[in-house]
Amino acid sequence: MKKNTKTLFYLAIFLYLFIIIFPFIWVFLTSLKPEAEIWGAGALKPFGSKMTFEHYQSLYRGGILTGLKNSLIIATITTTYVTIIASFAAYAIARLKFRGKTLLMVLILSTSMFPQMIVVGPIYQKFVELGLTNSYYITLPYSMISLPISVFILINHFSQIPKEMEESARIDGASKLRTFFSVILPLALPGIFTAAIMTFIGVWNEFLLSLTLNPDAAWRTAPVAISFLRGQFTVYWGQVTAATVVVTIPTLLIVLLFQRQIISGITSGALKE
Amino acid sequence: MAGVELKKVSKVYDNGFEAVKAIDLEIEDKEFMVLVGPSGCGKSTTLRMIAGLEELTSGELYIGDKLANDVDPKDRDIAMVFQNYALYPHMSVYQNMGFGLKLSKTPKEEMKERIEKAASILGLSDLLNNKPRQLSGGQRQRVALGRAIVRKPQVFLMDEPLSNLDAKLRVQTRAELIKLHQDLETTFVYVTHDQTEAMTMGSRICVMNEGLIQQVATPKEIYDNPKNLFVAGFIGSPQMNFIEGVLEEKEDLLYLRFTIDGKEYQEELQLSPQNKEKVKAHLGEEVILGVRPEDTFPQEGGYPTKIVVSELLGSEYHVHFRLQEDLLSFKSTEEVQYVPEDEVEIRWDPHRIHLFLKSTEENLLYKE
Repeated sequence: MKKNTKTLFYLAIFLYLFIIIFPFIWVFLTSLKPEAEIWGAGALKPFGSKMTFEHYQSLYRGGILTGLKNSLIIATITTTYVTIIASFAAYAIARLKFRGKTLLMVLILSTSMFPQMIVVGPIYQKFVELGLTNSYYITLPYSMISLPISVFILINHFSQIPKEMEESARIDGASKLRTFFSVILPLALPGIFTAAIMTFIGVWNEFLLSLTLNPDAAWRTAPVAISFLRGQFTVYWGQVTAATVVVTIPTLLIVLLFQRQIISGITSGALKE
Repeated sequence: MAGVELKKVSKVYDNGFEAVKAIDLEIEDKEFMVLVGPSGCGKSTTLRMIAGLEELTSGELYIGDKLANDVDPKDRDIAMVFQNYALYPHMSVYQNMGFGLKLSKTPKEEMKERIEKAASILGLSDLLNNKPRQLSGGQRQRVALGRAIVRKPQVFLMDEPLSNLDAKLRVQTRAELIKLHQDLETTFVYVTHDQTEAMTMGSRICVMNEGLIQQVATPKEIYDNPKNLFVAGFIGSPQMNFIEGVLEEKEDLLYLRFTIDGKEYQEELQLSPQNKEKVKAHLGEEVILGVRPEDTFPQEGGYPTKIVVSELLGSEYHVHFRLQEDLLSFKSTEEVQYVPEDEVEIRWDPHRIHLFLKSTEENLLYKE
């Protein structure tokens, strides 16, 4: 009985993984097929008559590279900015004593409750008024969207750091700021990584705001640029799939490289467990 | 070097909880003062107020001769060892010990010298480049001590520093701490809930309960001359035996009248003339007679009791028996096997008793 449950369990996991990964695999395989075989009789075959990199090569000619560059710049700026602000804010909320702390946290969290569809309109209008469309100022609304979640993640991490660590630093003569940089920040690194990565990936994949605020070809982010890979009557599916693969790579790399930092307990050894 | 003095010090937390209630305490220079009591008695709060980690709600705190109420922790010239050590996990042993010195801009050479000296005292010389997670519990504890030593503070504050060690290491570290205190000749203030630690380590003990100081005295004085029922019950292991009864006088002799299983007994109280006068003022009142397990023994013609359990501790037995619904005990070194449900008659040394008033819990025989 127990063995059966285990088998069933693994089967379920496998099925789940397959459902999730299948589209990616299909996109990848499609990106290597000749354009003519993507649709029609050979559409359901995993491999085409020959393997081709023409879609990847044609990405050079399209706007995808600009898109990737824009995405990288915008995601990096947003991530840096959000992580710094969120670290300070979360530390203050987690540790400092002041009035209205709960209210402040509720306010911060409530800003993330508005559906993006609702905020896109007003933001667009303001951006037009201020002449900020088609620029890297898109990092501002992105920050607004990412901050609450980062703050929330970091509050949890900061509150888990034992108070004695700060008290010890205080007796050692460290100021609040010094304690924050020398003691708290290194200990909260896994949390900061998590928050930063979530912000980065969120911004990297964002579509709606980018499409609305930066519609010009020179300012499009990668996901928007991909959606523009079409002619008057056709969508260049080969290029779309190749671009999708390329756009997924950074996210994949980040997760693979940093998953240990995210999970590992840097604090082990600090305290008697 | 400096002593510590608390004058009418109180601490009320934001939620209204009164952790410390107007206590007066004088800790002398170079003394090893142990604050002991059950959890929530205010001992840790008191220590944290001395450290400057908690503000005083009222009262005055002096370190040396300086009023320290509003002095920043780093300027109080104290060092603190925390229960969970609170080592900085991302720093090496050397960096952990040097963090405070670095912040106070101590010259590099002197810093190195002090750290190496402390490390050699504590046997950490080979571990200076290790991170805390690579150390055993005992080593981490020593790093925490080393971090305190290098600062050359006027006062060492320790908050249950041994409670995370296993039993054997605890006994060993206890001895090391006593030696450290002798070598450093500095004031130690040590918080523990463990009365054995208090008895073995303190030059003086301060017993606290419910935010109040119950008694401050040397370990021997506390053990032999407890001020009240709480101190008598808290200090000593196994606990002091208590028998409830009523004070009576017959033909100029004082008696304790008490009942066991519905049957009445009388025990003559053999007291000194002064004590007799003191006790006579409470005739007819309910009292509790206290006697230590080592002054209690089985004897024919004594009071009837039933054995509950007998514990072998190597050199001696602690035999627990039931009397007046309470579990009492005596110590025995004899090779007598006591079996549960055995009936035994018990007596005690009439010259080694304490007498507590049930209403106020004060010890009527307390010698000022």
